[in-house]
Amino acid sequence: MASTHKVSFKLNGKGVEVMVEPRELLIHTLREKLAHTGPHIGCETSHCGACTVDVDGLSVKSCTVLTVQCDGAEMLTVEGLEQGGVLHALQQAFHEEHGLQCGYCTPGMLTRAYRLLKENPNPTEQEIRYGIAGNLCRCTGYQNIVKAVQSAAKKLAAAQTATA
Amino acid sequence: MIPSGFDYHAPRSVADAIKLLGELGPEAKLLAGGHSLLPMMKLRFAAPSHLIDLGKIPDLRGISQVGNEIRIGAMTTEDDLLRSALLADKVPLLVEGAGWIADPQVRCKGTIGGDISHGDPGNDHPALMLALDASFVVTGPRGERVVKADGFFLGLYSTLLEPDEILTQIRVPIPASGTGWSYQKLKRKTGDFATAATAVLLQVRGGSVAKANIALTNAGPTPLRARAAEAALVGKPVSEASLNEAARLAMSICEPSPDQRGDAAYKTAMCGEMTRRALQAAHARSIKS
Repeated sequence: MASTHKVSFKLNGKGVEVMVEPRELLIHTLREKLAHTGPHIGCETSHCGACTVDVDGLSVKSCTVLTVQCDGAEMLTVEGLEQGGVLHALQQAFHEEHGLQCGYCTPGMLTRAYRLLKENPNPTEQEIRYGIAGNLCRCTGYQNIVKAVQSAAKKLAAAQTATA
Repeated sequence: MIPSGFDYHAPRSVADAIKLLGELGPEAKLLAGGHSLLPMMKLRFAAPSHLIDLGKIPDLRGISQVGNEIRIGAMTTEDDLLRSALLADKVPLLVEGAGWIADPQVRCKGTIGGDISHGDPGNDHPALMLALDASFVVTGPRGERVVKADGFFLGLYSTLLEPDEILTQIRVPIPASGTGWSYQKLKRKTGDFATAATAVLLQVRGGSVAKANIALTNAGPTPLRARAAEAALVGKPVSEASLNEAARLAMSICEPSPDQRGDAAYKTAMCGEMTRRALQAAHARSIKS
């Protein structure tokens, strides 16, 4: 029997501590131990991106990361996007542009798009499509997802100018 | 899908990692980015009793220039390669190649050293390394040795690495200025391995090819250097006929295994086409002198 490890990290700004077997995948820790069911289990083979979360400023697929690797990390899941009851510009844009149908891929799409806009605040359509290539959507055909990311980028840029 | 149980070790130095690898023996596996090993463990193709995570060793990550050489730590991620201004300036072929690997999330975890050590001919770095005439620093209990990429890949999942050794650094000679480059990859979808792919470096002097490096991904049990195709190009101007001849010679060494990506004839034909396109693109990018 493998030994268990104590792992601490920051989840959406709050410090958490869990005891895990080394083989435990991050997606299971988030969903089953920490009750963060926003990240979804899709393919479990690092293809679909439904489990995407942000770890230390990088988008990763939490089905292919061991929790034990994340000691000391700063993590953001879709639950951390909304602030004080106000949807993040991306969430609002996905709503307005109909960027989802069944919604299964949406938490992964949102967390990935969040990081994409941090890296590139004004992406072209092609850059958005390349940037979300690791997130599969079987409903929308991506058209409205791309529109939503573009719309959110514009709103975030406008908000930035307004506060500057 | 959850891997079977194992113990986890996170050494903070290469020396500690080598010591652990020696103590734990063949039941231990090295964990780099984990995007080949963890899927294999979930499917029970691998069930090591110990994982030695190389991710907490800062010395293994980073890109620098030493003299006329670029040195890349084995744990440098594909994403790091894509963002490196130094690489974009000195070895753009490697940046172009990294951009074709998997997807953004996988590139944030996947490492150049893991991609090479895994010995999978479907991975992209092995052929890129052959085309770039790279060398690998391999560290073990007997010290360090430097081996050429050419000759490192022995067969499917088999390399020159001994079980107690770790690939620690990749050394890439900076191509002469004006050298053209291209990595052309045919894949069915994002995240798939290449149906066929070709890496090319091309140097043109006085209207003729002075040097051509051509290497093929997923065209056999190892990455392949297309020596006859290279030799056929050197000393002549680039023309439609010379490119077709190079593509034909590249195809003549292909031994792809048939799978859902296509049968051997189709994959071989696509390898020829990728070779022709990579040569064309590299020629267009080369600065003629």
